[in-house]
Amino acid sequence: MAVISGKGGTGKSNLVASLVSMAPSVILADCDVDAANQHILFQPRVSAEETFTGSENAVIDEKKCTHCGICANHCRFGAIQCTPEQTKISDIFCDGCAFCVTVCPEDAISMQKHNKSRLYTGDFRYGEMVYGILAPGEENSGKLVNMVKANARNLARKKQIQNIIIDGPPGLGCPVISSISGTTDVVVVCEPSLTAIHDLERVLSLLEKYKFRVWIVINKFDLNLALARIIENICHDRQVTLAGKIPFDENVVKGMTICKTITEYKPDSPAAKAVSRIYNQIFCDEKMSPL
Amino acid sequence: MQTPFRIAVASGKGGTGKTLFSSNMYASLARQGKDVAFIDCDAEEPNAGIFFETEFFRHEQVTQEVPVIDTEKCTFCNQCHDACRYHAIFSLPDSQIIQVIDDLCHDCGACYYACRFDAIKPKVFPLGDVNTYHCKGYDGKLVEARMHAGVYSPVKIIDRAIQNNSMSGLTILDSPPGTSCPFIHTVAHSEYVILITESTPFGVNDLKQAVEVLKEMNIPFGVVVNRVGLGNDEVFRYLKKEKIDLLWQIPFDKRIARLYSEGKLVIDAYPGWDQEFISIYEFIVGKYGIGSN
Repeated sequence: MAVISGKGGTGKSNLVASLVSMAPSVILADCDVDAANQHILFQPRVSAEETFTGSENAVIDEKKCTHCGICANHCRFGAIQCTPEQTKISDIFCDGCAFCVTVCPEDAISMQKHNKSRLYTGDFRYGEMVYGILAPGEENSGKLVNMVKANARNLARKKQIQNIIIDGPPGLGCPVISSISGTTDVVVVCEPSLTAIHDLERVLSLLEKYKFRVWIVINKFDLNLALARIIENICHDRQVTLAGKIPFDENVVKGMTICKTITEYKPDSPAAKAVSRIYNQIFCDEKMSPL
Repeated sequence: MQTPFRIAVASGKGGTGKTLFSSNMYASLARQGKDVAFIDCDAEEPNAGIFFETEFFRHEQVTQEVPVIDTEKCTFCNQCHDACRYHAIFSLPDSQIIQVIDDLCHDCGACYYACRFDAIKPKVFPLGDVNTYHCKGYDGKLVEARMHAGVYSPVKIIDRAIQNNSMSGLTILDSPPGTSCPFIHTVAHSEYVILITESTPFGVNDLKQAVEVLKEMNIPFGVVVNRVGLGNDEVFRYLKKEKIDLLWQIPFDKRIARLYSEGKLVIDAYPGWDQEFISIYEFIVGKYGIGSN
């Protein structure tokens, strides 16, 4: 199961953490590799660390370069600045296509792999988790997401655990598609705001192309009841199941500051109860393997 | 002629209040008569337009080229396949099958160069749109970068939106969340970055990542802490220790959340808020000495 949201900051990670804390046996895969956060909440004991080599960048050998400008003329990303005295490749704009390596008559350019991104496996208070941390400015986050998922699947097989909960990234680009591919259930977390509803519609249009069971959760629904109602209507019109509504509760943030989920921090609060109902609705559905 | 000055509003974590801040800052300055443009660079989920009454002005399609392989001329030598770092050319030479996967192509041009048989020609492939609007009631324009679903990266659309619309005066950029390529490309075009965060462990963690990138890129920045009152004071200790400018603290207030949720500008309901935005702008201009009117 993957939990995503079009708009960021809708409470996706908090919902994932709460669901995980209720599940008797589950593997947590944090696929929001651009802003991984589950390890902050769950403080896992890391058992394995792998290096993820994502994109490559072109680097110039100053000694060989004659500043002829051929590379700059061929680069379609505007990443190479060439003057008669100096040729510079921008790390930011280089896309890693290596075209410059091919065209350089002096053999002065080579590709260098980025290897600052990491992939971790560890155990925490509810079982095992896999998470990826993408080095800032890296591309190819979809690839790292796929690695996180592959590791989670291997772990699940080894430990004979049936369910994997994925904390996905916001948006609807490549890492989102990587996060949801191969899952059975996708939960979309939304809040009652016009911006979030706009993003929800875009996400649902994307999901329609695939065959997932889609659930919607309205977080902080009581901040705007009229808009929460609009989201309910969207669920109805698009024939998507509303898994539940969670009220706004300051205790969610208070719990988070001491690394506790709402279900751990205030199990009797209305927000925690709402999360339990969502858990039952999704996981006790006959089509999903019971935990 | 004024020097262009671009301020990007960004955050490592999503949902911290980037759009709330940037849209209100833009409106505050535009209503004061400043020559200002607002570019929504969150091309995956553009939604800043919700806060304004706009009049459509211009549409620009953003495209790239993707190769088309002429199988009559192709000798299945596999040179183009080997030149492509994005695995966008699928080839089975023994079965004489070769195909371009359009979605994976980054338009680098390497395959055209690699082909010795003149078998590869470009075709146009749409990536997204850049829409420009005029805001009713005051001067200033709103630009929206919008990526088509399923496109591999919003970067080209973001670059185009910024390059074609930066005004001679001030431009405010609403950055995509995170610290990966879309964020980098937005802040790379700006002279100053305002990072929006919240005082929670997640917020601080993501803020630190964004700070690390901006320091490496050597772009000056300051921080606005949103929803103060929820969470703890970790973020303030961090800012003090790192000597980072704290531009503003926005208190947690359900009414603000509600106004935002309805697509309304907070400055319309909170007298004095527009002055806060103008002071922040003046502070930035004063400190960095560029772009002053």
